[in-house]
Amino acid sequence: MEKAVTHIPETVAPPAFIRREGVPLILFALLLLAPFVARFFAESYLLALFSRTMIFAIAALSLDLILGYGALVSFGHAAFLGFGAYGVGILAAHGVSEASLQLPLALASSALFALVTGALSLRTKGVYFIMITLAFGQMAFFLAVSLAAYGGDDGMTLPSRSRLFGFDVLEDDRALYFLILLALLGSYLVSRAIVMSRFGRVIRGARENPQRMAAIGFPLFRYQLTMYVIAGTMCGLAGFLLANQTGFVSPAYMTWQRSGELIVMVVLGGLGSLHGAILGAAAFLLLEEWLSGFTEHWKMIFGPFLVLVVLFARGGLLGAFRRLGIGGAR
Amino acid sequence: MSSAILRLEHLCKNYGALAVTEDVSLALRENELHAIIGPNGAGKTTLIHQISGLAPSDSGRILLDGKEITPLSMPERVHRGLVRSFQITSILPGFSVLENVALAVQAHEGSSFRFFGRAAAEKKLNEQAMAALAEVGLADRAARRAGLLSHGEKRQLELAIALAAKPKVLLLDEPLAGTGPEESEVLVALLRSLKGRITILLIEHDMDAVFSLADRISVLVYGQIIATGSPAEIRENRDVRVAYLGEEVV
Amino acid sequence: MSLTLLYVQTLNGLQLGILLFLIAAGLTLVFGVMDFINLAHGVQYMVGAYLAAMFAAMTGSFFLGLVLALASALVFGLVLEFLVFRHLYSRDHLDQVLATFGIILFLNQAVKLIWGAAPLSVPIPDVLTGSVRLMDGLLYPVYRLAIIGSGLAIALGLGILVSRTRIGMLVRAGATNAPMVSALGVDIGKLFMIVFGFGAMLAGFAGAMVAPVLSVEPGMGDNLLILTFVVIVIGGIGSVRGAFIAAILVGLVDTLGRSFGPALLAAIMNPSAASQAGRALAPMLIYILMAAVLFFRPAGLFPVRK
Repeated sequence: MEKAVTHIPETVAPPAFIRREGVPLILFALLLLAPFVARFFAESYLLALFSRTMIFAIAALSLDLILGYGALVSFGHAAFLGFGAYGVGILAAHGVSEASLQLPLALASSALFALVTGALSLRTKGVYFIMITLAFGQMAFFLAVSLAAYGGDDGMTLPSRSRLFGFDVLEDDRALYFLILLALLGSYLVSRAIVMSRFGRVIRGARENPQRMAAIGFPLFRYQLTMYVIAGTMCGLAGFLLANQTGFVSPAYMTWQRSGELIVMVVLGGLGSLHGAILGAAAFLLLEEWLSGFTEHWKMIFGPFLVLVVLFARGGLLGAFRRLGIGGAR
Repeated sequence: MSSAILRLEHLCKNYGALAVTEDVSLALRENELHAIIGPNGAGKTTLIHQISGLAPSDSGRILLDGKEITPLSMPERVHRGLVRSFQITSILPGFSVLENVALAVQAHEGSSFRFFGRAAAEKKLNEQAMAALAEVGLADRAARRAGLLSHGEKRQLELAIALAAKPKVLLLDEPLAGTGPEESEVLVALLRSLKGRITILLIEHDMDAVFSLADRISVLVYGQIIATGSPAEIRENRDVRVAYLGEEVV
Repeated sequence: MSLTLLYVQTLNGLQLGILLFLIAAGLTLVFGVMDFINLAHGVQYMVGAYLAAMFAAMTGSFFLGLVLALASALVFGLVLEFLVFRHLYSRDHLDQVLATFGIILFLNQAVKLIWGAAPLSVPIPDVLTGSVRLMDGLLYPVYRLAIIGSGLAIALGLGILVSRTRIGMLVRAGATNAPMVSALGVDIGKLFMIVFGFGAMLAGFAGAMVAPVLSVEPGMGDNLLILTFVVIVIGGIGSVRGAFIAAILVGLVDTLGRSFGPALLAAIMNPSAASQAGRALAPMLIYILMAAVLFFRPAGLFPVRK
């Protein structure tokens, strides 16, 4: 107690830098190195797999902002993947493959859809919220199915990947990989800043005790709606990348099963932990890849696995790591 | 009586056919500590819910500083200076004690639509929060997880949170509920130190505390105020003795 | 756009509404009484259809198959309840969503493994084949009328069960205040099991009844599940009456919107644009309806008082 009483303590005694930042640092370092290692193996297969993983990591990350930090079980998140992807597809179908036009459309349409559906959904709570977000997600799905001019049910193949200011650099898989990595890193850093900011603190407070937050003067609706729009927009970015990575746009991106899978990723990684969402997405996709290598009926293994995780393993992968004493503060 | 800082006019609240509060009118003078007592089920907590905006009133008006606040939501009322505590401890258990209070400061200091910068490291917020914590005697607990505090400390923390919101009028719903003798002594001393600086509307079952703290007392029975007066007047009031204190006295 | 078509489509909408009600009734009670969100309710409908297809083929009689399918749908529901669901009642909604999602993945794949990915077809029983003439120029299949009739009968029976009997009273009380019912000495675990098994059987019945008119295929319950959610949200969670009215409403709006939407739009815009917009809007109609209901009544048309 040699310090003066006016000393202001940190939230909780900060753990060592490595303990706190170790997992994300290693994660991004591995992702940075992966393409160089992939050269010696099945390069295009591995690049595609990792690219896909990172894209879903962005989607899971964005869902974690509302599901993990806001405790809002949104079951229509895949719709934003669709809005992002169709932003690319629709413009491409009209001969516009310029990313600087496609991306703003992808993000703006995702944000608008989030604003409208979020404003309606957030008026409700609990089971209602789950069902309503699910229903709006399905509405977006049917909208895509009905777009006969853009492939309807079957979707459409893109004539080319997006061009960056007229250059077709993204046709190269490695360039696309690094662009996706950059987007993931950006999303991660932005999410982290948001979560720790004043705004994020209000959202986190509402997760713990919404009544208390209202009683100290926070009208939660507008904060939660803002977060919903941020999350939707970020997922729209993932959709933009997904369209480019697969070269294909289809309603299949926005099925409600896809929304369910995004929730699974976030929970697998551990709720309310951003790098956990990345790990969860990786775990899910790699597990899918691995299991489907054994049998086409891999879902018969994955389904019960999910039930067991819920019944017996709380806290997801990070929870398991933490129990083993390895890194990761929330 | 235009000097009343909080004025209730004919407040009513029904749950179905049951009238929980009926035609409650009350005027709080600036900086007085006004207690409301009454038997269980008299409608005291419902009245606090109505005043704070947690439960809408069926009829009647609420005026703060002469301005009507009846249609406002709870957060809006807080911003006008009407702050409440809860009967059942309501804190953010996963946050540190300091952050619990800092959030209340944040609600009043500038916008919370700031997406960058570590909120937990904002000096201005933390200093004010520390001041509120020092006021309730919890400064040495600032770094603890709020969920790990003892029950009495949690009650102190609730007070600190309410104080950090810079209230004009503080609504305290049984701040001593569930506390042991020592803990309650600390809290009573704390309330006494606030007396004369903030207008307080206090609901409490601990009669010793109420009669030693209050400037005035109102008695609520079956949703109606049957008497208002100084502690001495209430003690002597016949209606009160019959209706509320009943056979315990005589 | 003839009047006959309007009648036919109204009947079709009614049939969809009845179907939705059969599934929604069990689901809304499970939500209401147990505060339990069961995504796997849709696959129970699918399982009912598969069981009916299997037993009908085995016994050669649709009705015998139906009875066997009902019994096994009930058993199947109870087994699921015993193995998984009862461990989830006290969990938060997210856990319930995840576990029941896992069950969907498993069962959709399991029926594919057992019965193959190709749709099964179930013949319409002989006594219910053919059409009846309802009025001049209006022929309607007997079997579809039978679906509507049996569904209405069940709705009526369910209404009486919930409003007039002791178990129904407990269910309604449970939807309002489950802890209180439990405190009064009712075995809430048993009540949950009964409600759950009953709901599973109703969903199974719906599946079995539509097996002859729809194709029985993996995932057939998934889209219907979401329509059911829309029904429950509109009707108000826990309200059987709300579920009935909302189900009919959704069935009619969806069916009529799809067949007449483009034509109605054509009255106000040019035909090709109208057909485009109509086709895009029609599937979204019920969601717009849901949004509108929610906007004015966030707890649905018939909110259960808590």
